[in-house]
Amino acid sequence: MNNKNKKGIEVSIALSESVKLCRFEAISAYPITPQTHIVEHLSELVAEGELAAEFITIESEHSALSACIGASAAGARTFTSTSSQGLELMHEILFIASGLRMPIVMAVANRALSAPLSIWNDHGDVMAARDAGWIQIFCENGQEAVDSIIIATRFAEDRRVLLPVMVNLDGFILSHVVEPIEFPAQESVDAFLPSYDPLYTLHPDRPLTMGAYALPELYTEARYAQENALINSKDVINEVMGEFGKKFGREYRVVESYNCEKADTVFVAMGSMNENIMTAIDELKSRGKEAGLVKIRLFRPFPSEELAEVLSGKKRIIVIDRAMPGGAMNGPVFSEISSLAKIRGLDAILSNFILGLGGRDVVPEAFIDIYNESMARTSTFVKAAKTNYRIVGVRE
Amino acid sequence: MIMPNIELYAANVIPKEEYAVSGHRACQGCAEILAVRLALKALGRDTILTMATGCMEIVSTPFPTTDWKLPWIHVAFENAAAVASGVDIGLKILMKKGKVKKSDINIVAIGGDGGTSDIGLQSLSGAFERYHKFIYICVDNEAYMNTGVQRSSSTPFGAMTTTSPPGKLSMGQPTWKKNMVKIAVAHNIPYVATACPSYPFDLIEKVKKAKMADGPAYLHILSVCPTGWRTASDLSIRYGRLAVESGVFPLYEVENGTYRLSLNPEPLRPVTDYFKGQGRFRHLTDEYIDKIQKRTIKEWEDLKTLCGVK
Repeated sequence: MNNKNKKGIEVSIALSESVKLCRFEAISAYPITPQTHIVEHLSELVAEGELAAEFITIESEHSALSACIGASAAGARTFTSTSSQGLELMHEILFIASGLRMPIVMAVANRALSAPLSIWNDHGDVMAARDAGWIQIFCENGQEAVDSIIIATRFAEDRRVLLPVMVNLDGFILSHVVEPIEFPAQESVDAFLPSYDPLYTLHPDRPLTMGAYALPELYTEARYAQENALINSKDVINEVMGEFGKKFGREYRVVESYNCEKADTVFVAMGSMNENIMTAIDELKSRGKEAGLVKIRLFRPFPSEELAEVLSGKKRIIVIDRAMPGGAMNGPVFSEISSLAKIRGLDAILSNFILGLGGRDVVPEAFIDIYNESMARTSTFVKAAKTNYRIVGVRE
Repeated sequence: MIMPNIELYAANVIPKEEYAVSGHRACQGCAEILAVRLALKALGRDTILTMATGCMEIVSTPFPTTDWKLPWIHVAFENAAAVASGVDIGLKILMKKGKVKKSDINIVAIGGDGGTSDIGLQSLSGAFERYHKFIYICVDNEAYMNTGVQRSSSTPFGAMTTTSPPGKLSMGQPTWKKNMVKIAVAHNIPYVATACPSYPFDLIEKVKKAKMADGPAYLHILSVCPTGWRTASDLSIRYGRLAVESGVFPLYEVENGTYRLSLNPEPLRPVTDYFKGQGRFRHLTDEYIDKIQKRTIKEWEDLKTLCGVK
């Protein structure tokens, strides 16, 4: 890409500009650190008449998402954004938004959960919402955040999908940094993303009932239909990402890899720390050691085929989690990868490291230490330890 | 006089159209479904309903059936007003952009007393404050009837519910009914009223006024519940009238801050006329009945003062 077309801009502001490019029509949001710059800039865009949208600054996140469902049901392209406690306050409504098949797009500036209160980054918030039936994308940098909003809006509204999407970006670490970002032209976005044409809406000319309840005879089938839509959405997501690449010159895939061809040992990670891992991989290379990185960009639906393909034949898989297991055997990403390894018969030594909680700094050197520690492992199961994961840098 | 021009009204001028049709699963004698049915007649076809979880939702929409001939959405328990807010902004922008034909559509949120005065109070307050043009109807049957008659903040003092049972240390509901009307009025919205399906013309008139309001409107409708009140199912209309005639549930409206009595039932009947035959009050001792009677009269006198009635 030509750097001349890039603009130095804070990622939250850039993401809001992307919302404008997508011509979102209804926005309902409640401010929470570190999502605030997104809603502030959207407020400005609406106040200046640059974005023709109705924006309600509503009284809670629970109501924010409830109103999004109302607006989406009325037929409007609907956006919201939140973080941490806000996402948890929405929790009940998350499941209803997906169950009612509302293609709402939500940017989540990932932040740790209380208690203790922490405004800083980790993935504890989104991991607590991972099974809510939403499509979940993780962004590595600002350009991805901008492009992901456009891509997400397109596939969310695809009639083969009709599901809500969370676009995750690490709070502060990504949301508040200034990055060089290229913005697509409005005409190109308009061509890529036509005006939302909803399948069903609330209107007196076509009365219909949304949100009926299901008796035991039908609940399973209703949820089965929804689950199928979520699983099948992956093909559409791949298709839309492919089309975006052709049109805008930036290729995205649901799973991406760095230096994986030569390396027997690979990291698996999500979000902005991917950049630090790549720095560590380059440093390892300069020391004559090979490691790769598998980036999970799409966490839900879980891209098992794509991951199995890239992980197959690897000797060591190092899974990085940015959330506490909460009493589970391992971190949430590791749990997915270990079941994938078992199901797909991957013969690798798996290790799980948890780091970067509540804004704890993550530096490239940490991944070099993790690499060295993993290389010394002789099995996935650590016999002497109480847990099968290690929390990097924790003081006991 | 229930309203100044009552002689103009008669049952045969109530719209014939039904938007809440027969076949629903409401209990025998349910005054709540009657209240909703009458309100929908007054609202007419150009209406979108957002409904809280509760009796009306559960009796009307076991998938794949529906009781509603109007566009209807149910999301959750505590957010009917927030969903209505969303429908409002959605329609507003789509009409502005010409994607939906411009027309007057009533946006109406309906919740029970729990969904309104307890769990839904925050989202309702927010929607009032934002001044969406919508009508909120609270159908108040004075407890969580749908889940098996548990107390709410709208349950009257002394009433027996499954979570305010009378016992050695209890005389039933230990708190006084929350005044939702005052809460609504405090938001400075243009129209607030109480109603009861025992007075159908008054109810219809008030729904029509709510439609015309230049902003949010709130209707608080007492809905007799034979199941939860332990009353005979053929006496629902009578109990609604006794609630009004005893001053327990006065009919009034507050238009742009101005209070007006819809009906002055003086001399008030004693509350015992209303309590008699209601299983939920059967345990009350004279001491408690006296306490309730005194409070009822005080509240009635306060309301008269607000309404400028001597």
